[in-house]
Amino acid sequence: MALSTKLFQRSSSTAVFGARSMSWWRSVQPAPKDPILGVTEAFLADPSPNKVNVGVGAYRDDNGKPVVLECVREAERRVAGKLNMEYLPMGGSVKMVEETLKLAYGETSEFLKDKRIAAVQSLSGTGACRLFADFQKRFRPDSNIYIPVPTWANHHNIWRDAQVPQRTFHYYHPETKGLDFAGLIDDIKNAPSGSFFLLHACAHNPTGVDPSEEQWKEISYEIKGKGHFAFFDMAYQGFASGDPERDAKAIRIFLKDGHLIGISQSYAKNMGLYGQRVGCLSLLCEDEKQAVAVKSQLQQLARPMYSNPPVHGPLIVSTILGDPDLKNLWLREVKGMADRIIGMRTALRENLEKLGSPISWEHITNQIGMFCYSGMTPEQVDRLTNEFHIYLTRNGRISMAGVTTGNVGYLANAIHEVTKSA
Amino acid sequence: MASTMLSLASVSPSSSISIHDTHKGKIKLGSLERSNLFLKTEPVGRVSMVAAVNTSRFDGVTMAPPDPILGVSEAFKASTNEKKLNLGVGAYRTEELQPYVLTVVKKAENLMLQRGENKEYLPIEGLAAFNQATAELLFGADNPVIKEQRVATVQGLSGTGSLRLAAAFIERYFPGAKALISSPTWGNHKNIFNDAGVPWSEYRYYDPKTVGLDFEGMIADIKAAPEGSFVLLHGCAHNPTGIDPTPDQWEKIADVIQEKNHIPFFDVAYQGFASGSLDADAASVRLFAARGMELLVAQSYSKNLGLYAERIGAINVVLTSSDTAVRVKSQLKRLARPMYSNPPIHGAKIVANIVGDPTLFSEWKAEMEMMAGRIKNVRQKLFDSLCAKDKSGKDWSFILKQIGMFSFTGLNKTQTENMTNKWHVFMTKDGRISLAGLNLAKCEYLSDAIIDSYHNVS
Repeated sequence: MALSTKLFQRSSSTAVFGARSMSWWRSVQPAPKDPILGVTEAFLADPSPNKVNVGVGAYRDDNGKPVVLECVREAERRVAGKLNMEYLPMGGSVKMVEETLKLAYGETSEFLKDKRIAAVQSLSGTGACRLFADFQKRFRPDSNIYIPVPTWANHHNIWRDAQVPQRTFHYYHPETKGLDFAGLIDDIKNAPSGSFFLLHACAHNPTGVDPSEEQWKEISYEIKGKGHFAFFDMAYQGFASGDPERDAKAIRIFLKDGHLIGISQSYAKNMGLYGQRVGCLSLLCEDEKQAVAVKSQLQQLARPMYSNPPVHGPLIVSTILGDPDLKNLWLREVKGMADRIIGMRTALRENLEKLGSPISWEHITNQIGMFCYSGMTPEQVDRLTNEFHIYLTRNGRISMAGVTTGNVGYLANAIHEVTKSA
Repeated sequence: MASTMLSLASVSPSSSISIHDTHKGKIKLGSLERSNLFLKTEPVGRVSMVAAVNTSRFDGVTMAPPDPILGVSEAFKASTNEKKLNLGVGAYRTEELQPYVLTVVKKAENLMLQRGENKEYLPIEGLAAFNQATAELLFGADNPVIKEQRVATVQGLSGTGSLRLAAAFIERYFPGAKALISSPTWGNHKNIFNDAGVPWSEYRYYDPKTVGLDFEGMIADIKAAPEGSFVLLHGCAHNPTGIDPTPDQWEKIADVIQEKNHIPFFDVAYQGFASGSLDADAASVRLFAARGMELLVAQSYSKNLGLYAERIGAINVVLTSSDTAVRVKSQLKRLARPMYSNPPIHGAKIVANIVGDPTLFSEWKAEMEMMAGRIKNVRQKLFDSLCAKDKSGKDWSFILKQIGMFSFTGLNKTQTENMTNKWHVFMTKDGRISLAGLNLAKCEYLSDAIIDSYHNVS
């Protein structure tokens, strides 16, 4: 082809530009490893036969294997190869969004009837939080976000990249390994009126510590008193107690109290659709007109990020939620996952107590959801990894989903070893 | 809904957006006053609460304008005229004007279903098998940049998402650097750079006089730009014009880019779709890589594999060393994590399965040739019809010279309005028609519409 001769002619002039072969990207430093996803990378690289991964929050069955729910497999069979892959609208699958809002706001929610919810399909929970953060930046440029201590590490990255300044509020109480309720309430009261608060709707990540229903009512009252905005990250609906309605309790309290909230929802865990990236961002507005305007602006933010969201995941979701039998199957399967985790919490605690640990491990069964904030120090965690090939994040967070009847004994032993002289 | 509750905030936030409701009677509150303010109360524990509506923090949010491209399809759907023709969005249609799922894609999906793989999170950078396949497809498996591991590849959310990752990277590591985009270009390019915070300006590209490339203007504008700018180039099948530089012109474009120490940034959304050949359509990118230049390339499988809604693509950065590639990749990941954590798995698996299987890969190439072939046939028929019907002697050969899914007809805004209002042909206001939405049967009708609009409307 003519091109090759041209290339030959060019090579002499490339020599002139040889000095240009120094890279543009010299200043690019290697990024630090992601604290959560880096754990799995390290686990995969470990050749030890005893290795245990209690790092990333992905559900495992009692054999330590990833699970694809039966309802999901059935939904996949129904949709495989049938539909074309034409672009979804920028707001995503309307059907999936409708079903998803019902889960959060209630099947018969008047807000749905009155069309007061601005909602778009999002790239799982991360995408929903990021869209909201960008929206907050664009329409409330002077606002901050109050983030609980501790929280999922990526929350900080999201609001930082959206350029929304961050503040923190008290949440975890290390002494009791429970909720620092007084500190939380104080921080709500002391924040300037009209601040934005990030709340975990259920199964707080990483601590597993949730407010009680009474405490949620108080939190709602105080937030309302200061005219704050409540944004809920709900990544574990169904996964905490086993009952999605129960897990939405905090949100329903706020709705009843008249807050205009925002919600990020994810199907990564409760439907096991991790890699499909299916979620939803919703904002409750004053009326339908405002909801239409807000939705249009959310779409405007999504368009230069990814144009329109992926179709496969939502097809699965709407197939399942739109069919009463499949939906019931899903509810049973979610309860099954939650029950297994609750069972493992009990087992881990009992094992540690039987070993005669000097520390109280009550918090393992007090906490809820996928994670347990063990209270171990980074140094103790390092020992767990280096000596026992147990992989978890350095904040001491154990993903209970990675605990099985097969490894709970080994895990308890190892934890006992590194904490017995604490 | 119930009574409106006055906001209990006593201080209004200093926002530029007016939130009139919160200014209403700045109420100073003690707990006693609160419970006396409202008629309807509901006991909650020891505290009286009011079930009422809060004023919204987002009162000032106005309605966003409709998307200029996606809005066309909506208007088409609303039309009841039986002659209507949708030449708006660039999604491939069969000769029967139906959407098309490639046979290889159905086969790949069935394979995946049989295997029953899990749906675990992909790593932040995406599916490794996909990343390898996509880079090899673009550069050629035995290209030195691949062999020397000098390409940082990260799976992205189709073309848009890949472009956005690159734009965010530019903003972070080359603050103040400008992006140069063609005039015209795909409408979303400027949105992407705007939202990423990268300043941009245009270089001349389309020449309405010739309905061809304004090559002199293009070179001059690239030359005039500040050194170290990022030049956005369409790898093949320019959107919206369908006008591509010749190989000789590509050489000269590469010359001026090197001369000004600019960085080439390719958007490759139509590899295989332009000429029918994957390799031929990658020639421009390979030309630049062969010169030892560092470059960025965004890819999409929306059109060439019909995977539109699966959102599958990639951002590739070619560096001078493998070490730099590792570092750049790690930073691209760091930008992706707070955007969506990790990319969707389904489309990546489809691509990896097809490209990784020699039989499926050959079948894909055949289907792509078929799709590109159908478009070429339609171009020919349209050209023939126009020449036959138009007695004015106007030169319609630009239809044959242009390539890919789109054709820039040269019709102006009023003329395109005539196309829609009188002839029920739906297209974008810039005069672009999507040939993927045209079939042989409708070419004559379309010719009539174009001739009428061109000659009888100003």
